Amino acid sequence: MNGIVKTFPGVRALDGVSFDVRAGEVHALVGENGAGKSTLMKTLAGAYRADAGTIEIDGRPAQIDGPKAAEALGIGMIYQEFNLVPDLRVIDNILLGQEPVRSGFLDRAGALARASAVLTELGIVLPLESPARRLSVAQQQMTEIAKALVRKARLIVMDEPTAALTEREIDALFALIVKLKAQGVAFVYISHRLEELPKISDRITVIRDGRTIETRATADLPQDEMIRLMVGRPVGAHFPDLPPVAPGAPVVLDVRALASAGNVRIADVTFSVRAGEIVGLAGLVGAGRTEIVRAIAGADVPTSGEIAVAGTPVRVRSPHDAIAAGIALITEDRKAQGLVLGMGVRENTTLAHLVDFVRGLFVSRAKEVDTTNREIAELRIRTPSAEQLVRNLSGGNQQKVVLAKWLIGEAKVYLFDEPTRGIDVGAKAEIYALMLALLERGVAIVMVSSELPEVLGMSHRVLVVRDGHVRGEFARADATPAKVIALAAGAAA
Amino acid sequence: MRASDAGVTADLAATADAVRAKQNRNRLLRGAGAVAALVVVTIAVNAFSHGSFLTAGNLTNVLRQITYNAILAIGQTFVIITAGIDLSVGSLIELTGVVMASFANAMHFDGPGLVVATLVVGVGVGCLAGFINAVPVVTLNLPPFITTLAMMLMARGLAFKLAHGQPIPLASTAFNSIGTGFVFTGARGAGFPGIPVPVLWLAVMVIVFAVLLTRTRFGRYVFAIGGNEEAARLAGINVKLVKTLVYVISGGCAAIASLLLMAKFSSGSPNTGIGSELQSIAAVVVGGTSLAGGRGSVVTTFFGALLIGILNNVMNLLNIESYTQDIVLGAVILIAVVFDELRKRYLAR
Repeated sequence: MNGIVKTFPGVRALDGVSFDVRAGEVHALVGENGAGKSTLMKTLAGAYRADAGTIEIDGRPAQIDGPKAAEALGIGMIYQEFNLVPDLRVIDNILLGQEPVRSGFLDRAGALARASAVLTELGIVLPLESPARRLSVAQQQMTEIAKALVRKARLIVMDEPTAALTEREIDALFALIVKLKAQGVAFVYISHRLEELPKISDRITVIRDGRTIETRATADLPQDEMIRLMVGRPVGAHFPDLPPVAPGAPVVLDVRALASAGNVRIADVTFSVRAGEIVGLAGLVGAGRTEIVRAIAGADVPTSGEIAVAGTPVRVRSPHDAIAAGIALITEDRKAQGLVLGMGVRENTTLAHLVDFVRGLFVSRAKEVDTTNREIAELRIRTPSAEQLVRNLSGGNQQKVVLAKWLIGEAKVYLFDEPTRGIDVGAKAEIYALMLALLERGVAIVMVSSELPEVLGMSHRVLVVRDGHVRGEFARADATPAKVIALAAGAAA
Repeated sequence: MRASDAGVTADLAATADAVRAKQNRNRLLRGAGAVAALVVVTIAVNAFSHGSFLTAGNLTNVLRQITYNAILAIGQTFVIITAGIDLSVGSLIELTGVVMASFANAMHFDGPGLVVATLVVGVGVGCLAGFINAVPVVTLNLPPFITTLAMMLMARGLAFKLAHGQPIPLASTAFNSIGTGFVFTGARGAGFPGIPVPVLWLAVMVIVFAVLLTRTRFGRYVFAIGGNEEAARLAGINVKLVKTLVYVISGGCAAIASLLLMAKFSSGSPNTGIGSELQSIAAVVVGGTSLAGGRGSVVTTFFGALLIGILNNVMNLLNIESYTQDIVLGAVILIAVVFDELRKRYLAR
């Protein structure tokens, strides 16, 4: 791949990425969240088309304009979320789209022969007749690899292959990779677990901000150097000065031994936030940061633990309970969770506090319009009117509508989940300024962000989350990118 | 890249104008749907039917005929705005009709009191059935298509069992006036028969439910849930309660339609509702309410029912055989949804 560029509206996700993979090599790609690894992978898979740059395979320029084309070129993708059909048998999954046919009908004997041949080649055993849903994660991964080989893949791209595996399963996977390498299969290996790279990869390419920073042989790239390259830029340059937390400021949010069973199981989460303080939650994607704030806000129902707001214990069984207790969650995905896109700015702004706008039996539209116009002015939401559908607003302005929705409620605790994702620099600065304004009101803020500079620049304290647990805490002065990344990735700090 | 402040302001003003123009255009398009079709059809048809369509007597008749479907469709509108569907309303007409007729016959009093008591019982049964429809939907997230389909079968079977397969004649005559009566009969001399009582009921229901949908917290939540259920939940809305209530409303509407039908025929019948659920869905869809949820209106549903009613009436006046009528109705529904989809794509640009 050479000089790959991919832009999305408003974002240059890939800005000239180049690297090469040799036959029989494992080439690792590392970078922070949002560095462009996933976009790059999807470009290889044919899910996205590059806007510029070339891809050559065996020295010949290749056009990858769809998943079929990628497959025909011998590229196999193994995503973090597997692509198996859960109710089909393993054998059917392996041969999906490649089923041998004899005189118009499925050839059962032929299918078995082909699947067995691939498994023998891999030296593994899978329950071919079981539905895929019964397999363990490791077995599903093996199925994916078998699936790629049936398609004669010569380059296999793996995204976080070890994320959900046990130590023994990882060893088995690595053994398999070594075996395939010997047969000339090349691997692109994307992983956050930096400590495993020396064991499996031959070369490492560091990506940052959509650009290739450096490619080196694994042996020549020690872990601390790798982290330095990943983080790169100076931290904190474009963030406002955080006012120090007043000595003796009261604890506004107190969380004790919180556990929940959301997308990621969290357990034993204990921390507190004082009035005027921002606590940042750092960690990798899928570490459980979002689930922590969701549990506090009742979006996921906590299975155990205690939450107290301003010293008063609250029982959070639903978002309604949390709102009543003065907890506001600004969700990470504003389109899916924060906004009703087909409604106007006014209706979205008042949605969570509509009870305050009721006069007698009816909702007072006049009062809604007043409040909405005030928020539009205060947050400088660019919209022609309070009636504009939020669908038609830009990302930054949509985010401001979400904020308006929660600001009118005057909550005591604000939980921001990725508050600046996908919005431009100007809107980011406004949102930071708004957080500072909230601090002056004496609220407590918890902020989840995958942008490390943001967490470090906008938090009084940083908690590092991994596997659903808080693994460590850094005061602002001690929180360096290297320390946070090392702890988040599970390396010895 | 940063424009001067003046430039930004000018840009904003221009955008504002453009958006306002677009919104006006949208509003026009939205209203245009059923109403425009209605006007065109009316004029064309009156010409074809040699003037027998546009008479006070005929128009009054059309309104009376659509009353039952329109009332069902009002409840259906609430359900469909939450992105649900209620297939049970046709059977609930039958079940509540049989229950109400049996109840009225068993009572030892008569007069307006009996009518009110019967209505309360019928609406109670309808709402209870709606509640049962909703429970698996809100607790287990089962598709409402399935739960209301099951209710459709159960309610129909139960109605037949209770009635032993036969219509139950009403002993009381107290229901006659709401079934077949008229109000405002002063202009009979001028060829205007007055307003049928069922039409008056319909008018009141359209107003009450339109206000409920557009002016109350509950109505706002119905739209919010249909537009984005998760965002509604995270905004602290009791999604389960609101979703339950829309099915309860739909069941209650079925009971009211049933009361008017029972009063009209002086009997509660276990087979009056067959196909009504689909007719009511057709009225909602022709009225421009999106089956995807989040959008819709009681008033346009009324116009949807009216359009279907007028088509039926006109085809009868033109002596078009009933099979052909079905073909035309089906085509109209298809055209309505295609038009709706094209309109959405146009707006999305």
